[in-house]
Amino acid sequence: MSDSNKGPTRRQAHERKLKRRSMILAAISTSVVVAALVILIPLTPGWERVKQSFFNWDIVVRTFPKLLNAFLLDVAIFAWSVPLIAALGLAIALARDVRDPVFYPLRLFGILYTDIFRGVPVVLVVYLIGFGIPGLGLQRPFNSPYLWGTVALVLTYAAYVAEIFRSGIESIHASQRNAALSLGMSPSDTMRFVILPQAIRRVVPAQMNILIALQKDVALLSFIGPVEIFRQAGVFKSLLASFTPYVVAAAIFLVVTIPATRLADHMLAKQNRARS
Amino acid sequence: MKLQVKNVHKSFGHTKVLNGISLDVAEGEMTCLIGASGSGKSTLLRCINLLEPVDDGEIWLDGAEIADPALDPQPIRQRIGIVFQSFNLFPHMTAEENVMLAPRRIFKTSRDALRPTVEELFDRFGLKDRMHHYPDQLSGGQQQRVAIVRALAMKPEIMLFDEITSALDPELVNEVLQVLKSLKQDGMTMVLATHEMAFARDVADKVCFLDKGSILEQGTPADIFSNPRQERTRDFLARVLGPR
Ligand SMILES: Nc1ncnc2c1ncn2[C@@H]1O[C@H](COP(=O)(O)OP(=O)(O)O)[C@@H](O)[C@H]1O
Ligand SMILES: [Mg+2]
Repeated sequence: MSDSNKGPTRRQAHERKLKRRSMILAAISTSVVVAALVILIPLTPGWERVKQSFFNWDIVVRTFPKLLNAFLLDVAIFAWSVPLIAALGLAIALARDVRDPVFYPLRLFGILYTDIFRGVPVVLVVYLIGFGIPGLGLQRPFNSPYLWGTVALVLTYAAYVAEIFRSGIESIHASQRNAALSLGMSPSDTMRFVILPQAIRRVVPAQMNILIALQKDVALLSFIGPVEIFRQAGVFKSLLASFTPYVVAAAIFLVVTIPATRLADHMLAKQNRARS
Repeated sequence: MKLQVKNVHKSFGHTKVLNGISLDVAEGEMTCLIGASGSGKSTLLRCINLLEPVDDGEIWLDGAEIADPALDPQPIRQRIGIVFQSFNLFPHMTAEENVMLAPRRIFKTSRDALRPTVEELFDRFGLKDRMHHYPDQLSGGQQQRVAIVRALAMKPEIMLFDEITSALDPELVNEVLQVLKSLKQDGMTMVLATHEMAFARDVADKVCFLDKGSILEQGTPADIFSNPRQERTRDFLARVLGPR
């Protein structure tokens, strides 16, 4: 302890030197690459056209408020899908773990459900349910593509979420279950109070990644009606003959998804450290 | 007899693990199971607690057969406490919550109604200031004592202990063995698998030597440790106690 007060140890000094060197190298190579891009890309023959079409600042300013507004619909669809997905996903995960033969149909349903909804592209589910069910000629509000599109997302994502919950449940060591059972607790109380709380905690980072994917897939609903951000960008594209609104939409997504991804990675790293 | 194991057989797949075990445990007695690793001590304890179904044979607790596969194991397990080598506390709950969970759910007793008994148990085993700690904030010895308290809170008629000091640092072994001595003074009926030969010799009423799934020899500690009749018992003791 007394030595370390006098200044860095020999190893610390050495590591500091190495770190400074690698930072300088990284800075140089990054500047070279960025400079090359900035100088070379404008030299390409199509650059002026691309710039006009994708990075038109006037159009950014004109379309941003409405796009942001349309994004709120994405956020709303996302927000009310998440609790439904969590509840349905957990129910499916638990259905697949039922051992009682009386409930075999439940288990079979769980297996079929996850197989089907993980096997079909999301966009197809959105089409089939989003167009198919309103096509039955139901009364308002049950003919809304907004409603059924959201149902399609919930059904699909619940399948993925269920699989993650199940992997979490299976990752809890059998000794935990045995400890609870040995006290005379019922299998359902054991699941509810001992296994699930640990399993859910363990899969939070993985579930966050699923939510980030969901946040992006909300844009698929644009194919069946609701004027959310992607649809609104399409409207602007036709109106202004420019792709810039799509770039704006992408940027709006990134502002949400990048921090969320970082948070998920951070939580996962923290959990891995805690476990090792 | 408090507990009677009668000709119990158990296999895992094609591996015969218990090969006709019979064992009588009297009320208030401490029985120690000794034997090499893999001889079936843990499996026998798990069978008594019904965590593993036996293939054949009977287990009687207080004059009633408990290993009948047609019976519901839950109410029987409530009467038999077991403590494991690896503690197996619930990591997401404080020590107090670990202890209260089963009585709360099974007897539908409120936390407030449980608290006096639970506090008394914690106090008795020197854990009063650790009640609100999580398992990873406790030493191995403390965790194991909490695990014992958790089993005792169900007021079991008999306690099983599976090498409960084997995962502990040497300086923590004694505090856990003290708990066993204290339970014996209470008159608790206990069966323990152990490698603590000195403890078995000093405290046990009966010692059983398990070898390849059979009880090869049983008797008082004096019989087994001073006058082992079987060659294999002598070999085993020579290996664990060293030459004398
Ligand atoms: N769940 C299991 N599946 C398969 N084999 C097992 C299982 N549990 C124990 N065994 C085997 O049974 C034998 C006895 O194990 P165990 O009862 O743990 O012995 P001990 O506690 O005396 O060391 C060992 O050979 C072990 O590999
Ligand atoms: Mg063992």
